[in-house]
Amino acid sequence: MPPPSTSPPSARSGAAAADVVGLPPAAPAPTAGGRFATRGALLAGCAALTALLLGSVVVAIGLGPAVITPQETARHLWAALSGGRIGAGEVTTYQIIWQIRTPRVLLAALVGAGLSAVGVAIQAMVRNALADPFVLGVSSGASVGAVGVTVTGGLAALGIYAVSAGAFLGALAASLLVYAAASSRGALSPLRLVLTGVAMSLGFQAVMSLIIYFAPDSEATSLVLYWTMGSFGAATWGALPVVAVVVTAGVVTLWRYGRVLDVLSLGDETAASLGVGPDRHRKVLLVLVSLVTGVMVAVSGAIAFVGLVMPHVVRMAVGASHARVLAVAPLAGAVFMVWVDLAARTLVAPRELPLGVITALVGVPVFVALMRRRGYTFGGR
Amino acid sequence: MDLRLDAISVVTDGRSLVSGLSLDVSDGQVVGLVGPNGSGKSTALRCVYRALRPSSGTVWVGEQELTRLPLRRSAQTVAAMTQDGGVDFDFTVGEVVALGRAPHLRGNQALSGRERELCERAMDRLDIGHLAHRGVLTLSGGERQRVLLARALVQEPEILVLDEPTNHLDVRHQVELLSLLRESGLTVLVVLHDLNLAAAACDRIGVLSGGRLVASGAPAAVLTPELVGDVFGVRASVVQHPLTGGPQLLYSLDSTR
Repeated sequence: MPPPSTSPPSARSGAAAADVVGLPPAAPAPTAGGRFATRGALLAGCAALTALLLGSVVVAIGLGPAVITPQETARHLWAALSGGRIGAGEVTTYQIIWQIRTPRVLLAALVGAGLSAVGVAIQAMVRNALADPFVLGVSSGASVGAVGVTVTGGLAALGIYAVSAGAFLGALAASLLVYAAASSRGALSPLRLVLTGVAMSLGFQAVMSLIIYFAPDSEATSLVLYWTMGSFGAATWGALPVVAVVVTAGVVTLWRYGRVLDVLSLGDETAASLGVGPDRHRKVLLVLVSLVTGVMVAVSGAIAFVGLVMPHVVRMAVGASHARVLAVAPLAGAVFMVWVDLAARTLVAPRELPLGVITALVGVPVFVALMRRRGYTFGGR
Repeated sequence: MDLRLDAISVVTDGRSLVSGLSLDVSDGQVVGLVGPNGSGKSTALRCVYRALRPSSGTVWVGEQELTRLPLRRSAQTVAAMTQDGGVDFDFTVGEVVALGRAPHLRGNQALSGRERELCERAMDRLDIGHLAHRGVLTLSGGERQRVLLARALVQEPEILVLDEPTNHLDVRHQVELLSLLRESGLTVLVVLHDLNLAAAACDRIGVLSGGRLVASGAPAAVLTPELVGDVFGVRASVVQHPLTGGPQLLYSLDSTR
């Protein structure tokens, strides 16, 4: 492609390029990063959050019906990881720490990280800060898929991955359904999307409850509660690898989509003019988000509001740029979820609170505050 | 680089929005597109920045068919300043302007020193340098328009299309924006509502009515009382600008005089 005739051939490189658009050549050279957020501060923040997460994990593993000090917990964890020795009298403590609490706390951290990242991605895709997998019905769809597979024994060929696969298919179907129902003539109105999502979400929950109530000899009430409110009570080491791989890969992939999400959140017209095909990227993101959500819902049920609250809190701290938000939000979400799970299993011990109760108590006020935020409009309506 | 619209037609839901539009914008020219509301101006522009695929006809950039280029590649050549929908996230002005580099960067690749300087200059040129750290949600309509133009400029396009860029701008910024377009050396296709601004800023003007091009040529040849009466349904007198000699329209509110 030839350079424009008004500029020398070298115009595409060096400061001379600014002349192409008629900009004054003598602007004072700015210091690097003067108007742009610094990378160092972001890395320091991530390091601090990682340290906080490790600390939270150790503390949370120590707390429960049998309280174990963080030092003891750390010693036992180290013994488990390094193959070290523990005394014969400590076997019970070791069992509690390693077999019961560690997988549960790690699962909480993973799901917290995944929900936050997925929330960020969905919000950018639909250009609405009120969206999250739960609000849009994706989580409930995943629940229907998981319950359907459990009750009917479908997808049996997939063995232990059957429930996850069912949840993924449910999530994908739900997001496609919400998407199709909310869009009119190719345009996607944020207001329609949120309203459709909320309605679909309730619909999916009804379908799921119906399946459970009509299933033979099930503990219907507690099952419905599990799938609609979420719990890490069923966590085992066996469930961890799939979740760990999918969530980690999902978070990293979403982070790599950072600039694409920036562009998508400016609107479809703008995205096209900046070389980002909105439909193509949204399809890829939709599958990715459904996969991560499905795998998480399969092991924890549908947990509301985490994907809504964490992105918002993180944006207030680091700004709107998605590469930055997606570096911080998973870590913040992991820390948040570890503490939510700790509260769920200790506040009214020996009984357990559903996770959704706690996340809703935090999330609903944030949701309302977001709605009332100055300048917030439903996509201009 | 030349921009050539060759018999563009756009049909959506059985309604014809643009039919058989052919328009040439030669390298470095500023061509204005005017017409009443709903005459298909924005639709025609959307075909150029690829938000829309024409139902028939071809958009040529230089020697290449636009729709055969990868989206990313065409965004390196054609930049657009659009009538933007609401943004729900509070990006800073600096961040939005920097996104103009998106077609030139891979993934999350950071801006080079040269690219940062380019952004700084574009912001200074459009008088928004002092807003670099402000959130875009806090800006006035006119300030946001200038942010969008700065973003289009740092895209380093050869062709620039603009959809009513003077919306919300005060008089000074309207004049500055249009003179910037003239000085830029870029191939410019711009939709304007203000016929007098169009007359002052454009080398040529195309007039759309009901999706068809009804006139095109130099402003003085196109903007006649007859055409303004036919297309816009407004009585107008044409006078010469005392300084530039270009045509200027005076409208009468009373249809009998």
